Amino acid sequence: MAATSDSAGAPQTTGLIGWIDARFPLTKLWREQVSEYYAPKNFNFWYYFGSLALLVLVNQLVTGIFLTMNYKPSASEAFSSVEYIMRDVDWGWLIRYMHSTGASAFFIVVYLHMFRALIYGSHRKPRELLWIFGCIIFLLLMAEAFMGYVLPWGNMSFWGAQVIVSLFGSLPVIGHGLVEWIRGDYVIADATLNRFFALHVVALPLALVFLVGAHLMALHEVGSNNPDGIEIKKLKDAKGHPLDGIPFHPYYTVKDVVGVAGFLLLFCGVIFFAPTFGGVFLESPNFEPANPLQTPPHIAPVWYFTPFYAMLRAVPSFAGTQVWGVMVMGAAIVVLFFLPWLDRAPVKSIRYRGPVFKIAVGIFVVAFLTLGVCGLKPPSGIYPTLAKYCTVLYFAFFLLMPWYSRLDSHKTVPERVTGHA
Amino acid sequence: MLKRVVWAAAALLAASAALAQEEGPQLLHAGNDINNIDSLQRGARDFMNYCSGCHSLKYLRYNRMAKDLKIPEAELKANLMFNTEKVFDGINSSMPADSEKWFGKQPPDLSLIARSKSPDYIYSFLHGFYADPTRLWGVNNLYLPNAAMPHVLAPLQGLQKPVFSNEPDAQGSAKMVLAGVELMTPGQLKPEEYDAFVRDITNFLDYAGEPVKAKRESMGVFVTLFLLVFFAFAYLLKKEYWKDVH
Repeated sequence: MAATSDSAGAPQTTGLIGWIDARFPLTKLWREQVSEYYAPKNFNFWYYFGSLALLVLVNQLVTGIFLTMNYKPSASEAFSSVEYIMRDVDWGWLIRYMHSTGASAFFIVVYLHMFRALIYGSHRKPRELLWIFGCIIFLLLMAEAFMGYVLPWGNMSFWGAQVIVSLFGSLPVIGHGLVEWIRGDYVIADATLNRFFALHVVALPLALVFLVGAHLMALHEVGSNNPDGIEIKKLKDAKGHPLDGIPFHPYYTVKDVVGVAGFLLLFCGVIFFAPTFGGVFLESPNFEPANPLQTPPHIAPVWYFTPFYAMLRAVPSFAGTQVWGVMVMGAAIVVLFFLPWLDRAPVKSIRYRGPVFKIAVGIFVVAFLTLGVCGLKPPSGIYPTLAKYCTVLYFAFFLLMPWYSRLDSHKTVPERVTGHA
Repeated sequence: MLKRVVWAAAALLAASAALAQEEGPQLLHAGNDINNIDSLQRGARDFMNYCSGCHSLKYLRYNRMAKDLKIPEAELKANLMFNTEKVFDGINSSMPADSEKWFGKQPPDLSLIARSKSPDYIYSFLHGFYADPTRLWGVNNLYLPNAAMPHVLAPLQGLQKPVFSNEPDAQGSAKMVLAGVELMTPGQLKPEEYDAFVRDITNFLDYAGEPVKAKRESMGVFVTLFLLVFFAFAYLLKKEYWKDVH
């Protein structure tokens, strides 16, 4: 970029860029958001997942556009149109697998991204709003994925939608009408498919892109956290740049390319060698067309919903209604929004926190993964009991945090970040 | 500490995956190979002769199959197309729409059977018929109890009889359990010939479920190799840039 500085240090661009800069803050945006956005120099492995989430979002948008060109959102044609994409559209199979694998990849990177925020305290002041934007993105992503799963109109699409939509029916008074309003019919049918298509390809992606923008703006306003949980803005050099900061571009752009390459190796491994991932990313019953008369032997949502689905099933009906399970499942998401205020520890990063927090995080991870397994399995044997205990542990991790995070011991946080990757 | 916990959780997941046993008898291993064109051609021939009377493959076009399986168009038209379809049509069955009256169920389209079930399931199912005089067609199936399908391949395989064993049930009293099948009257093919015959049909249906599968897997090797090289260069570039970060 052709740029010289005048005495005030403001950029003075010439040529085409200069012409644009006089009319639009192009160079200013680039400098503020990328080339002079100072990020801590000690990001580790966990910090790849933010840029990877952005990559997967773009993948979903682009492949989604091409899928839309051949997909037919109608109950009588949807299933056949997906097979048409798989067999007759040039590279249709690749686009479809990139999209279906991308859905699972999205949740993998987002779960890891959220876990990183949890262990390094990236949700703490002044990043509470950044965290809340992220939670809303997670919520929208779940809605987006759920509606997307219905579109191929396979038998699991149909029955998954049937189960999840009817959850709203357990709400008192409004439940019955609400379910009818969501479906647009008395059963999951053509009208449901059509409106889910509209929400999946227009409304939710629009909201997601907008929120990701807000998430990034909030991040660049407060600055990135780091594995040490130190505010690098406290110590600056003569030019006003953080001592422990480096410009995002070129340092983190080239570093994130390495992350992208590593991610693509795994991602393409799934696409080319195991696109159904053993029936986990694409479930076998979904290769049969939707059939309202034939329930699959075992209805399980896609793996990324199973921890929450397990919580739903773990709560017994009480006073003649299942609404408690639905409330617990909802609360499992809502509690995430309050994390910045539940955590009362004087330090942010797990590196300087005491054993109580480390053990709590360990238990939380095990409980969450176990819930995921329980949700995939039929509710028999040890799974229902296991799910009950893990639901309690999941909530205990959050709701007891104000006490155990304050009582826990902690180490002294150094002034400067420790090392870099 | 954290790492240990994560590893423990991973081990737990792996263990639970290993414990995940589906109900019903253990499926036989099909051992088919979608890169074996000869096997696919035989499978296509046998499918057209023994299966396509009742079962369609509506998502697989005749000319797509001919192209992928290297079957010349003249041969396709002469030997594999029995009705009045065009070469670009999907593979049709000869079943009338009211065939439900004959079998109690319309013979299903098999385009995606290898994906909704599995190649092992198809291979097992075609090995699983046994004599059962209580059923409409005189046969039942070990892998799909009370299947509506007659044993079309009986002249080739022969007829099997059920083998029962006594197993204690939950209350401790002995209970007759269907344990397997064994050949009662031999057919035209020896058992190993029948295995190969079924394996070819299974292979063909595996292909029909995802015609691009062989191409996808061979492409995947090149994609992986490219990405490994890309990863190496990306890593070196990163190292070069990061030299001056202390």
